[in-house]
Amino acid sequence: MTQMTFARAINTGLRKSLENDPKVVLLGEDIGALGGVFRVTDGLQKDFGKHRVVDTPLAESAIVGTAVGLAYRGYRPVVEIQFDGFIYPAFDQIVSQVAKLHYRTRGAVKMPITIRIPFGGGIGSPEHHSESPEAYFTHTSGLRVVTVSNPQDAHTVIQQAISCDDPVLYFEPKRRYHDKGEVDESVDPRTAAPMDQARVVTDGTHVTLVAYGPLVKTARDAAIAAADEGISIEVIDLRSLSPVDYRTVVASVRKTGRLVVTHEAGQSGGLGAEVAASITERCFYYLEAAPVRVTGFDIPYPYSKLEMHHLPGLDRILDGVDRALGRPNSLSGLEG
Amino acid sequence: MGQGSASAPIAADFTGAGGPAEPPGRTSGLVQLITPSGERVSHPEFDPWLQDITDDHLCSLFEDMTVIRRIDVEATALQRQGELALWPPLLGQEAAQIGSGRALREDDFVFSSYRENGVAYCRGVDLTDIVRVWRGNASSGWDPYSINMATPQIIIGAQTLHATGYAMGIQNDGADSAAVTYFGDGATSEGDLNEAMVFAASFQVPVVFFCTNNHWAISEPVRLQSHIQLADRATGFGIPSLRVDGNDVLAVMAATRVALDRARRGGGPTFIEAVSYRMGPHTTADDPTRYRDANELEDWAAKDPVSRVAALLDRKGLLTAELQQQVRDKADAVAREMRRGCTTMPDPQPLDVFKHVYSTPNSWLDRQQDHYARYLASFGDPAEAVSEEGAR
Repeated sequence: MTQMTFARAINTGLRKSLENDPKVVLLGEDIGALGGVFRVTDGLQKDFGKHRVVDTPLAESAIVGTAVGLAYRGYRPVVEIQFDGFIYPAFDQIVSQVAKLHYRTRGAVKMPITIRIPFGGGIGSPEHHSESPEAYFTHTSGLRVVTVSNPQDAHTVIQQAISCDDPVLYFEPKRRYHDKGEVDESVDPRTAAPMDQARVVTDGTHVTLVAYGPLVKTARDAAIAAADEGISIEVIDLRSLSPVDYRTVVASVRKTGRLVVTHEAGQSGGLGAEVAASITERCFYYLEAAPVRVTGFDIPYPYSKLEMHHLPGLDRILDGVDRALGRPNSLSGLEG
Repeated sequence: MGQGSASAPIAADFTGAGGPAEPPGRTSGLVQLITPSGERVSHPEFDPWLQDITDDHLCSLFEDMTVIRRIDVEATALQRQGELALWPPLLGQEAAQIGSGRALREDDFVFSSYRENGVAYCRGVDLTDIVRVWRGNASSGWDPYSINMATPQIIIGAQTLHATGYAMGIQNDGADSAAVTYFGDGATSEGDLNEAMVFAASFQVPVVFFCTNNHWAISEPVRLQSHIQLADRATGFGIPSLRVDGNDVLAVMAATRVALDRARRGGGPTFIEAVSYRMGPHTTADDPTRYRDANELEDWAAKDPVSRVAALLDRKGLLTAELQQQVRDKADAVAREMRRGCTTMPDPQPLDVFKHVYSTPNSWLDRQQDHYARYLASFGDPAEAVSEEGAR
């Protein structure tokens, strides 16, 4: 076991993939000499060469579109989109090409492309640098969408994403890049929990709290705080956002009877809506209360002095837990 | 895929066996080797690239062009008869497709738009596969690796990036094949083509950008797309370009050979503008009489690529009744085979709708498939499960 930062954990995962498979190539802006703006690819070009770790011109559609061509040729491209808000120029290539080529060619062409996207807020950045665009992609068939919440997962899941024959969007919670954690580098990604399996972070009996990516830590902190008041929260880290491992969530909700979902992205049409609806379909007679969403607002990501209001924090999550439990909360007395 | 030298001389790398010492670069005029009346004009820079073209070869190009014109007519008829939902005709672009398609090597890889059925024919496509998509039986007609040609791209210009990426892979593999991407004049307005040219130039990869300027992007004329000749745009990316008469099969073939040779020798990308004309509609759903002048069509009909080769053969005394009959028979046979393949194509099965979305199991989709299978099983005959209303 080694103590390492989240960013370093991804870096070592990428390094292993580059070592293990000569068909793995990295593409992106500034990922070579600079090592990426977050240094996630630090040192990889130096060790693997410019043909394996390719500094590209600034053109997101081209970064993804050329990865499609490389995949046609049998490569396994890993592309870095520098920031969440820069994914949109590549949107067409992702949803119309990457996602559909396997279907379009009736399985003849595989698209084992991993698209790394630093996402989420909380780092005081300007516009376009703090967004949570995951729902655009969970809505697109043919893509797999994963995110990670701790260095061990970051290390293992990146390798699983790269070896997956389907295209994977790998969302990296950028405000956790510098968090440290234990990483067991000897974990074999082939035998570790698969990336589309959710993880129970803390066991609990009163309410199920579903989170992913940057908010898993906040959710866990909320569970610790709630325990002081005698409330037992079961925190689930989804890990995979498409598909969601409903089996794990269902098992938890059948036990607790209550569901709270939290994410940074805006509420309407977000993943929380999908989880709430799916759990209602599957667990209606187990639910003691309507599912509750604690999310970002339906606004453009705000300027940094206000972002703490937009981002669900520990107290807003606990307020949501109170709503699910029917305890006094900020909306008490409000109907509808 | 290493960084290429962006400042490499553009047209100085055409040396070596097979080609002239100083091959052509951008020419301001239109390169033409066969006039509309079928006269073979010599061209000191391009003729060396056609030294192997014998009379027999010319006859075979004539046959190819006649066959793909016939395929086009047959498919249009199939659409009118309700056998195909849609068809994008290539009428008028036979020289551009056959001239370039016959210049390719088997290990080159093609990324085309939806109109390059003549190129697919050159690649040896199964004729039934050409109409499979347009009948609505599948999302693609063929396995790309079976003929080294990606399935036709609908999104304008998207394939130019795929070709560039594939060429990055060729370069990385140290192979001497090339990627070739076909697109129309409309695609030159798209961001993807422009990004593809940036990447192709940056990495000096073996890709040929083959633009068929057929003058119309549905109803938008090329003059709306560009205030300069399309071939001149490539210069701004540091990509050498050629502008050829796209209705002249020999000019197109020579230009494509020049570009492929450059690619194979590590000389990087080339842009070819084949100036042609889409004589039919954009697709069978289109009505060009609403937006273009009949006189324009008449002018271009006089430059017809197929009759031009026929006139050249006639001048050479090669256009015998026997040859014409032989070519007609071939075209008829191909059309018959395509029609038979189209009309006898088995319908896909209901649960095929779920196939190949992912290459590994997906719990969401597996559940939906399972539920739909149960729903279908609740009917005696699954076909009854889909009402007329639902099918529409």
